[in-house]
Amino acid sequence: MKFIDEYRDKDLIENLSSQINKSVIHDYTFMEVCGGHTAAIHRFGIPSLLSEKIRLISGPGCPVCVTGTDFIDKAVTYSEMEDVIITTFGDLVRVPGSASSLEKKRVKGADIRVVFSGLEALEIARANPDKKIIFLAIGFETTAPGTAVTVKQADKEDINNFFVLSAHKIMPPAMEAIVSEGVNIDGFICPGHVAAITGSSIFGFIPEKYKIGCVITGFEPTDLLQSILMLITQVNNSSPFVEIQYKRAVTVKGNTIAQKDLKEVFEPCDAIWRGFGVIPSSGLRLQNNYGKFNADIQVPVSIDYKEDDSRCICGEILRGMKTPEQCPLFANICVPENPVGACMVSNEGSCNTWYKYKIVR
Amino acid sequence: MCLSIPAKIVSIDGSMAEVSVGGSLFKAGLHMIENAKVGDYILLHAGFAIQKISEEEAAETLKILKEISDTLNE
Amino acid sequence: MNDLISLNHGSGGKQTHELIKKVFVKKFGMTEPLTDSAILKEMGKTLVFTTDSYVIDPLFFPGGNIGKLAICGTVNDLAVSGAEPKYIAASFIIEEGFPVNDLVTIAESMADEATNAGVKIVTGDTKVVEKGKCDRLFITTSGTGILDYSQEHISTGKRIKPGDKLIINGPLGNHSIAVAGARNKLSFTTPVTSDCASLNHLIEGVLKSCKEIHFMRDLTRGGLAGVMNELAGMINSGIIADEASIPVDDPVRGVCEILGFDPLYLANEGKLLIVTSAEEAEKVLEILRSDALGAFSSIFGEIVPDKRNLVVLNTSVGGKRILDMPSGAQLPRIC
Repeated sequence: MKFIDEYRDKDLIENLSSQINKSVIHDYTFMEVCGGHTAAIHRFGIPSLLSEKIRLISGPGCPVCVTGTDFIDKAVTYSEMEDVIITTFGDLVRVPGSASSLEKKRVKGADIRVVFSGLEALEIARANPDKKIIFLAIGFETTAPGTAVTVKQADKEDINNFFVLSAHKIMPPAMEAIVSEGVNIDGFICPGHVAAITGSSIFGFIPEKYKIGCVITGFEPTDLLQSILMLITQVNNSSPFVEIQYKRAVTVKGNTIAQKDLKEVFEPCDAIWRGFGVIPSSGLRLQNNYGKFNADIQVPVSIDYKEDDSRCICGEILRGMKTPEQCPLFANICVPENPVGACMVSNEGSCNTWYKYKIVR
Repeated sequence: MCLSIPAKIVSIDGSMAEVSVGGSLFKAGLHMIENAKVGDYILLHAGFAIQKISEEEAAETLKILKEISDTLNE
Repeated sequence: MNDLISLNHGSGGKQTHELIKKVFVKKFGMTEPLTDSAILKEMGKTLVFTTDSYVIDPLFFPGGNIGKLAICGTVNDLAVSGAEPKYIAASFIIEEGFPVNDLVTIAESMADEATNAGVKIVTGDTKVVEKGKCDRLFITTSGTGILDYSQEHISTGKRIKPGDKLIINGPLGNHSIAVAGARNKLSFTTPVTSDCASLNHLIEGVLKSCKEIHFMRDLTRGGLAGVMNELAGMINSGIIADEASIPVDDPVRGVCEILGFDPLYLANEGKLLIVTSAEEAEKVLEILRSDALGAFSSIFGEIVPDKRNLVVLNTSVGGKRILDMPSGAQLPRIC
């Protein structure tokens, strides 16, 4: 398959890995902030190709895992309403809220439908005019423009039974929250698909303010390895800057149409990140002039918001400061079937993989 | 995050396209892409084309990778 | 365990095994290890006996329908235990309002497939339930076959030893992806057809010429990864698999890339895993490849000593990763 297979060439990968391992002069810790990178690193077995001096840790970049329990609780409450159809990406179905999950509600008869895009949710709204269709909008800058386009489409067609529950988030405030609290990393493997929309400049503050290098990276094995080599070179030369590895999809400016759609439909708001708490201006909510599609306004529900268990050290694990075994909840209260923090929710999260391979077996 | 895969546009109908990945066909909204043509490769994410893939840059990246790879063999 | 049955309990992963162990094995006083067919010694012969229910949406899909599936599935469960499938019982739960013509088409497919496989459908039952009490049509088939004493070890894998080779008979995931495409809920179309097929003649060919077949299992729910994990636990060993030697067709790969599925976990209806001695592996491969149902067979893995019972995949790019037991059904992802 074009633009996929050529970046999975085994010989190329072997040579790149040797080149990386030759360039290593001390220990390095790099953080990938994108769940897609975590998944690719895991799937291709990248760490097994690299010198032990290179440590890869996973940041808060999986929008599903960081979705707050408050959001899941709201979605669960909606799913209990007779006249509501929940439309969601498959990722969210199993994520637990404080008392239940969408999957458990579906077992009890709730109408919960997995969709591949907002447009499919809109299609369900057209087909079911007597129902309220609530679209669970999660994702970062990559996904939010799709929701914006969907909302504009609903507005154009004057559809009045389609509502968005937005947990869309933006990346820079979370990255800032991580670095400003102190972090043990030498470089960021930056999310290529976020940057395809935003352009490369959103990461500029990281090298400028915090002297940490950033390489915007694609999702194939050679992309990841090339980026790691670029980061090592940056560290070895003590010259952190924003570099684009994923040039076939990322430019300095990004996708200006998508940016315009985003600005028109959404505005920033404070948002809860599982394991981190509230990060100011890190969320996106619908602008007032699209208020008729805002589930929070049109179909208000109240939930008892319970804070996450304060003993969860997810934030420190995500920052690379602690390991899962140092968490008092790990493997007793917090397990994959009943996760507390984001790192246990994700299949590839640090706590989840640690649990599966280091404890259970 | 953001699972997104290169897909080839096989047909366009207004703002929607049919795109192929390995021969399986998906719908893709072209709302955020300008001047998309049949035969172009786009990144498909959650039902939308989020960016066109640049053939030139893709070739350039491969060239760099081969150079790195060749230095090692010298 | 949760109080209510969820779809995860039917996905062939952890939850399925937990349910079966906690409810049925315990209540029925069954003995482990659990195999696809029971081995019964009566009247001087060794019989194998199996049963399976078929629920599928849509009932008709590219490459087959629920009827063909109901015969192939049960034939394969018998055949992978090393037995010669003989007789099938079929029972039908039909929803009020179901078109008789569709039932005729499905019955014809069953008859054709039975002829194909050389089994006889000898008894059955029909129940009709009120509209809404079942989803159109459910079929249960049970089957018996005769097991030669020399093959009794196959279903439990007790002769497996480190160094034994793992073989599959072709590309993975086609059934899952063809059915998902036909279901039209995930809004993609695909040229892939289901691999749904009776494997007993293919297996017979192998067993006739090879004396060191140590294990066989069909790769249905939970896929190859699920079966390898079960096997590793059953024989208290590890498995190393080579991703580059596991065939997956491009349209299946394409869907997997987009939706975030892993083909190693997808269900198949015409694929099996064979474990054989290293010495005999090439011969088994040659026999498999001479049959249309095994034309793309491949030796892809090896049994290794490992008390942790890990299944390790050498990835196609030269890395390593652990393949887990599947947990729940695969859901399309955006991240």
